[in-house]
Amino acid sequence: MLFGFEWDLSSPAAYAASILPILLIGMWVTIQATVIGFIVALVLGLVWAVLKAAPFRIISWPATVMTEFIRDTPLLVQLFFLYYVLPEYGIVLPAFMTGTLALGIQYSAYTSEVYRAGIEAVAKDQHEAARALNLTPARTFTHIVVPQAVPRIVPAMGNYLVSIMKDVPVLSVVTVLEMLNVAKIVGDRTFNYLVPLSMVGGLYLVMTLVASAGVRLLDGWLPKQGIPLK
Amino acid sequence: MQLTDYIAPLMQGAWVTVQLTLYSTVLGAMLAFASGIGKLSRNRAINAICVAYIELFRGTSLLVQLFWLYFALPLAGSAMGLDLRLPPVLAGVLALSLNIGAYGAEVVRGAIAAVHQDQREAARALNFTERQTLWDIVIPQAIPEMMPPFGNLAVQNLKDTALVSLISLGDLTFRAEQIRNYTQDSTTIYSMLLVMYFGMALVLTVMMRGLERYVTRWRRARS
Repeated sequence: MLFGFEWDLSSPAAYAASILPILLIGMWVTIQATVIGFIVALVLGLVWAVLKAAPFRIISWPATVMTEFIRDTPLLVQLFFLYYVLPEYGIVLPAFMTGTLALGIQYSAYTSEVYRAGIEAVAKDQHEAARALNLTPARTFTHIVVPQAVPRIVPAMGNYLVSIMKDVPVLSVVTVLEMLNVAKIVGDRTFNYLVPLSMVGGLYLVMTLVASAGVRLLDGWLPKQGIPLK
Repeated sequence: MQLTDYIAPLMQGAWVTVQLTLYSTVLGAMLAFASGIGKLSRNRAINAICVAYIELFRGTSLLVQLFWLYFALPLAGSAMGLDLRLPPVLAGVLALSLNIGAYGAEVVRGAIAAVHQDQREAARALNFTERQTLWDIVIPQAIPEMMPPFGNLAVQNLKDTALVSLISLGDLTFRAEQIRNYTQDSTTIYSMLLVMYFGMALVLTVMMRGLERYVTRWRRARS
């Protein structure tokens, strides 16, 4: 029994049906971790992008090195680092929070590049035209650059959302009860890993297909030329 | 246990990580070429197999694949009367290369599709067979396009090898975990671990750049 659900080992089909509600509880945790991790990655990535674009080397250079370092080291090790090292400095977070933070930090290195590429892709004459129209740099950024950069940024960010979803099972090593961990526990107790692990694979396919379809829909809905302003 | 005592076990683990990365990247590249070219095939059966492989391994999580191969496959085997118990090394290399191969397949397919149509027409005009066109005209021009994404995938693969420590394979992360359990010196050991992975990734990046220069040498020779 897990989360109040009994399993039925009489046949593989009955077993699969009886553990489906248990796995769906795990799937809900996976979705929560994905969304929170994605939000952290979006916010922190923007911070990195701004720091890397800073006109002073003393700011931009450490930010560049830091994002390279984050990008080139495994999520699992970063997760261990946060989980075991932060408490030594008095920062004790629940495992779920540490896990989503690690996901967000890892992917912020990738999203910062997406922001940079999206902003740089706005043509130079756009900046010159804005200057000719006497727009302030802040207004140029919010009214000229951002509306044109968003349609370029969204599909790439969508791909990272799917990648984050596929990395959530790593959080199981710090006791987060996401879908794979739940399936593993069911397997440990029933000595049958085949059914729960295969179901997790199937459910993952469904989740990634739905998420990719959602991203494509959003991409098709966004105007390619940029978001019109009133 | 002193700081210098950490180095020997970590180096042992690092060597396992290097081997895992090497084997799975090479095997993954072969799978990437086979399924990437197969996806462009007009033979329905080959095409369907390649698409199914790519979608299955890109659509699920690497850790799920690894656990499936290590925990579930032996049960599937015994149901069919086969002994499919894989040693951790084999399960690890197989999961890593199947996973990275599926991502690489999309790179291979994209690079082949991006070769200019005129090249194929010219090859046809010169009476090349389809096989000759593919191997002598299209692929040599597609390979340089594949190299930058392949470099990223190789680093991705190096990072992913850390996951095999979860099926009790003695790689770098596994050794570090052992030391941490023994000494409780988390800060030092994980800092060292991060730096070692970063160093290996930098070396790998430089090696992939070298490979890229090697496979694009004909471009420089011509200009």
